[in-house]
Amino acid sequence: MKKELMTPLTAKDIEALRIGDIVYLSGTLVTGRDDVLRRVLHEHMECPVDFSKAAIFHGGPIIRTNVDGTFECVAIGPTSSIRMENDQADFIKVTGLKIIIGKGGMGEKTAAGCKKYKCIHCVYPGGCAVKAADMVERVEGVEWPELGMPEALWIFRVRQFGPLIVSIDTQGNNLFTENLARYQSQKEKCEAPIIASVKEYQKI
Amino acid sequence: MQKEEAEKKLQETMEKFMKLVSIRLPDDVLEKLKECRDKESSDMQKVIYDSYFENLDVAIKEQRPCCQDTGLLHFYLKAGSEFPYLGVVEEALRKATRNATRDIPLRQNTVNFFEERNTKDNTGERIPWIHWDIVPDDDHLEVCTYYAGGGCCLPGCAKVFTPFDGYGAIVKYVFDAVAGLGVNACPPLIVGVGLGTNVENAAVLSKIAYLRPLGTHHPNPKGAKMERDLCDGLNRLGIGAQGLPGKVAAMEVHIESSARHTATIAVGVNVACYAHRRGFITFDRDLKATIRGYRGAEL
Repeated sequence: MKKELMTPLTAKDIEALRIGDIVYLSGTLVTGRDDVLRRVLHEHMECPVDFSKAAIFHGGPIIRTNVDGTFECVAIGPTSSIRMENDQADFIKVTGLKIIIGKGGMGEKTAAGCKKYKCIHCVYPGGCAVKAADMVERVEGVEWPELGMPEALWIFRVRQFGPLIVSIDTQGNNLFTENLARYQSQKEKCEAPIIASVKEYQKI
Repeated sequence: MQKEEAEKKLQETMEKFMKLVSIRLPDDVLEKLKECRDKESSDMQKVIYDSYFENLDVAIKEQRPCCQDTGLLHFYLKAGSEFPYLGVVEEALRKATRNATRDIPLRQNTVNFFEERNTKDNTGERIPWIHWDIVPDDDHLEVCTYYAGGGCCLPGCAKVFTPFDGYGAIVKYVFDAVAGLGVNACPPLIVGVGLGTNVENAAVLSKIAYLRPLGTHHPNPKGAKMERDLCDGLNRLGIGAQGLPGKVAAMEVHIESSARHTATIAVGVNVACYAHRRGFITFDRDLKATIRGYRGAEL
């Protein structure tokens, strides 16, 4: 059976989840990435969305504006979450955010923030943008449209949005840091035979 | 054909082609991606590849761009010196980009430096990016269209090493790029490696490398062996789809090279995500278009 989360989320809803778990989200999902974090944390602008009641999605959609002025989500997928690493923990603190959805891993600063303020980071498979758009029930609105299509706050109502792979849990475990360390530890061993085989390449 | 008419025809054909490329992966990439899927065995990798293929199917069914990051438009041209409409090509590609952004639609991704406002039509200073190669005594125009998403541009890097550092430095540099930021760039990746004499020629060659059709090799046997060895080595790191544990980090590694200064070894690395939206279209002197790599597709 699909494990489903429903916004608004409380710490209790997410504290049993562990890295590697797969969940699906229903409720309010709002896009917010580089420019949104900068505005809230560095330009001290008041955030027009209450992120304590919504999931944040690191990503920008393709939106079609219909003739009647309503919006249609053509495609939506995640961007690399690591770009938000410097600000994400403070953003959790300031907004009361409970769930971040993005692509790839985030670092130790975010993991510490997730542990301290009870939040999780999940990965939605990158590039799967039409499948994701089909899980958007409707576009409820947009805030800060002047930031442009990818950077604005797009407010979506979603249904069983996923698969979402938990990559940071509320204990601060971090799937990607663990994996990266493993990849790095393999690097020298994998490089060595190739380096040996090209050693003679400069000889004539 | 008058210039105006030629420009319009080129532009309209390119708009249709850009739509195809944004929606559907070329046959070589799709086949390779299936091979990659079959090598993976973990449940998590299976969930990810299922999402990949389900999405690619539904993108075709619903005729929408398969990935939301339709990037910035890059056009790599091989233009015959005798192609009669060289002068209208750039304007046709700019207009096609503008119209495709509105009509497909594509995501509006383009921001000019210092102005910092989204241009909303994916044109901007020197964008779409257009790279020209002239083919002597030929009257065709080949356009390689590529949607360069942000995620797979981020790991891109180039550096100049010394002869003392040797070819080993190239190996290490490629591994660092893939095992570092490459993990976030939607593996399995196509890794382009440019070898040259200075930083920009290595960088450009790394781009040309990953645009090459899959299954092609560096013309020098040593270069071809290095491509295979790098690919096998990267696939032993334990990186799978989406940078999560698995077996296939790289679909292929492609190397392109130029001669180098005796005192330098320049390396560029560029990675392309699995959603490799790259397509070739060729126009003859009457602007009749032929597409390759998309079985059964018509414009």
